Amino acid sequence: MTATTTLTETPEAAEPTRSSRHVIERVRDYGIVAATGLLVVALALLSPVFFTAANIGNLLFQATSVGLIACAGTLLLISGGFDLSVGANFAFSGVVAAMAASVLPAPIALAAGALVGTLIGACNGLLVTVGRINPLVATLASSIVIGGLAFLLTQGRLINVTDEAFRAIGTGRFLGIYLQTFIWIGFAIVCGLILAFTALGRHIYAVGGNAEAARLSGVRVTTVRTAAYALSGLAAGIAGVLSASQVATGQANVGASLALGSVAAIVVGGTSMLGGEGAVWRTVLGVLLLALISNGFNLMQVDPMFQQIVEGVIILLAVGVDAWARRGK
Amino acid sequence: MIRRPFGRGASFRPLPEAAGAGAAVELRAVTKKFGSVEVLHDLHATFEAGRVHALVGENGAGKSTLGRLIAGVHAASSGEILIDTNPVHYSTPRQALADGITMIAQELLLVPRRSVIENVFLGTSGDAVTRRRLRPRYEALCETAGFHLPPDVAVGDLRIADQQKVEILRAIARDARLIVMDEPTASLTGAEADRLLDVIRLLRAQGRTVIFVSHFLSQVLAVADTVTVMRDGHIVRQGTTGGETADSLVESMLGRSLDQTFSAPAPVADSAATVLEVDGIVANGSTKPVSLTVRAGEIVGLAGLVGAGRTELVRAIFGADPSRGGRIRIDGVERRVRRPGPAIAAGMAMIPESRKDDGLLLLASIRSNVALPHLSALSVAGVLRLGRERRSTDAAIKSAGVRGASPTQSVSSLSGGNQQKTMFAKWLMGSPRVLIVDEPSRGVDVGSRQTIYDLIRRFAADGNAVLLVSSEIEEVLGLSHRVLVMRDGAIQAELTGTEATEQAVLRAAFGAADTTATSDERDLS
Repeated sequence: MTATTTLTETPEAAEPTRSSRHVIERVRDYGIVAATGLLVVALALLSPVFFTAANIGNLLFQATSVGLIACAGTLLLISGGFDLSVGANFAFSGVVAAMAASVLPAPIALAAGALVGTLIGACNGLLVTVGRINPLVATLASSIVIGGLAFLLTQGRLINVTDEAFRAIGTGRFLGIYLQTFIWIGFAIVCGLILAFTALGRHIYAVGGNAEAARLSGVRVTTVRTAAYALSGLAAGIAGVLSASQVATGQANVGASLALGSVAAIVVGGTSMLGGEGAVWRTVLGVLLLALISNGFNLMQVDPMFQQIVEGVIILLAVGVDAWARRGK
Repeated sequence: MIRRPFGRGASFRPLPEAAGAGAAVELRAVTKKFGSVEVLHDLHATFEAGRVHALVGENGAGKSTLGRLIAGVHAASSGEILIDTNPVHYSTPRQALADGITMIAQELLLVPRRSVIENVFLGTSGDAVTRRRLRPRYEALCETAGFHLPPDVAVGDLRIADQQKVEILRAIARDARLIVMDEPTASLTGAEADRLLDVIRLLRAQGRTVIFVSHFLSQVLAVADTVTVMRDGHIVRQGTTGGETADSLVESMLGRSLDQTFSAPAPVADSAATVLEVDGIVANGSTKPVSLTVRAGEIVGLAGLVGAGRTELVRAIFGADPSRGGRIRIDGVERRVRRPGPAIAAGMAMIPESRKDDGLLLLASIRSNVALPHLSALSVAGVLRLGRERRSTDAAIKSAGVRGASPTQSVSSLSGGNQQKTMFAKWLMGSPRVLIVDEPSRGVDVGSRQTIYDLIRRFAADGNAVLLVSSEIEEVLGLSHRVLVMRDGAIQAELTGTEATEQAVLRAAFGAADTTATSDERDLS
């Protein structure tokens, strides 16, 4: 870039007019609400099957893993972190739960899986904060290590669980709705409440917005960051054991798409990749929007290849609007 | 990407010998608005060709904005700018460059990974020109400029003063007839600044026009032919430098005489108890233990040159950086302060030097910024009491005088002055016993300055302790009851009452009996 072009990009010079910026900011803030609403209406009109309990139940059920991980990931992203290891963590936690189920009662085995996920998350947090390793690199490396450990434990085989109690939580329903759906919605509510109404939530925003200012305001930056990674690990762990419970199997080679899929949902919702801004309700809408698109393509029986293209374009749009709205700030 | 501002082969025009024809500028009823805010009002002025014109004024007076208008960085909102009697309407720097007008901005616009020679000719040379062919042109250029830089060193490895020279070489390479320099000496040492002034004189001798935006008055008086004083977006005065003194310029800039800015601080009672006692603390990067005390109602100023260790000392006291040894007592109680958290709990508050880097969450609301250090006091079992937060922060924002803003507005939308007042709201809300302020008026407009000074004084007058770091010598002298002068990480002198004069501070700061003030003063002011 040459000097002359840089000069014109000083904040004042590039300042868009007040009204156009206003519009862009509204689009960024509420675009996700409008998009999700429109899609619901469109699908309801186009497909008679859409508004059936079975379809909605399915849609929510299929969004469980991504939904859990994306909700915790929202807090992590706001705090300025990033976790590429959630997929590996998901698989590993499931494997641990499945293997533990052969010697321990099912509930304890499942809890052990989720606990291991949390510990892995906390380790990631320590690598990033105390170890001062770039989050992408740290969690990429840890995901490779965890993936390797999962294969080592399973020797590449499926770990089948025979204990019926192990399956209860993954396959059970209440009022016709999967227990998994209640769990992820409950988890989303807890994450949202933490972020909006607790001191920890404010600290998460502060650490992601300006870590040094937060530190000088008495915020324990290392602790807050590590907690956010631990939460991300907890979500991956819960998702992993739910998935293992559902199929009564632990396996090492699942969850590969979860890291990027959850980030896509977060970003589509309107939470910033740069940290310091965002909300859990946005992520829930982002998860639903992507689930609706997938559902719509199924109902309309369109070639799934197009689905990928549409999803990619939507992610670009979301990030583009965010970048646009930030310009001149 | 390489762009060619001169287009079709024009870049190969021979180097100007002694250019001879500087550009003259005339402003007719020029105004500039950003959004709905008018920042320059109805400016009329002429800047003759081939001379050095200084623009002076307080922060926010509009001098940099005027410099940018002339260099085409901003377009004027109304009125006319004439270059050599031709009306021009620049909206990009490139258009101005075509008329030989260029700007050396405060933040240098260089490509740090590229060599000096590449940066100098960036944008002026065709892609086919090899480095070898540029070499003789570069040497000739250095001769014209009167200084030499190694052509193959990466610009990022040069010191700031030398990076600036790269910009000057680039300006000459572009055959600039008028160069706007925005605070070019701000990050230079005294000797480097003197050399830059020599270069400016040389540019003038070659017939070029220089517009020199600066708040270092001694330099302005030393180098400029004319001086234009700005205040609040108006040109207050324009004239030859001859009859001016630093005092006469300051008076015009402030619109009042210097003495009126600071009334004498209310005296501290002899019986006042010691609030802050620091005993033998060794700041990060220093080897010298420092001790000091601040009594109730007292404002203690820390003066010294940039790099004397003032910021390091106050950060050590607040626990912001690791420190060694030393004891800190607040109201006679010893406190272990190894992190900011315990410092805050002990009743300390620190408004750091750079509010953007270390102070504010720019994207967050005024309210969240103000509440941040007090969240545990505002919550029950970790859950925030939003009503309590709203009431407390509203009161704090109001009493700090943050104006024209809703508490839910983001801090980034505020002026520098209001941002600084937000910092005061944030820290005064916790009713601390000790307030540390580092450069409280940096980047703050004249009006907000008064408010901030009042806040500092009122806080002290309520029986609290203030430790003030400032590089503005008038500010330290005007606000403090007692001035500690630091040098090389140690307290060099303690000055009270009538001993606290500018000369005494300078003498102690330089550690010398005699100071050659003019060129060195700039490091302080």
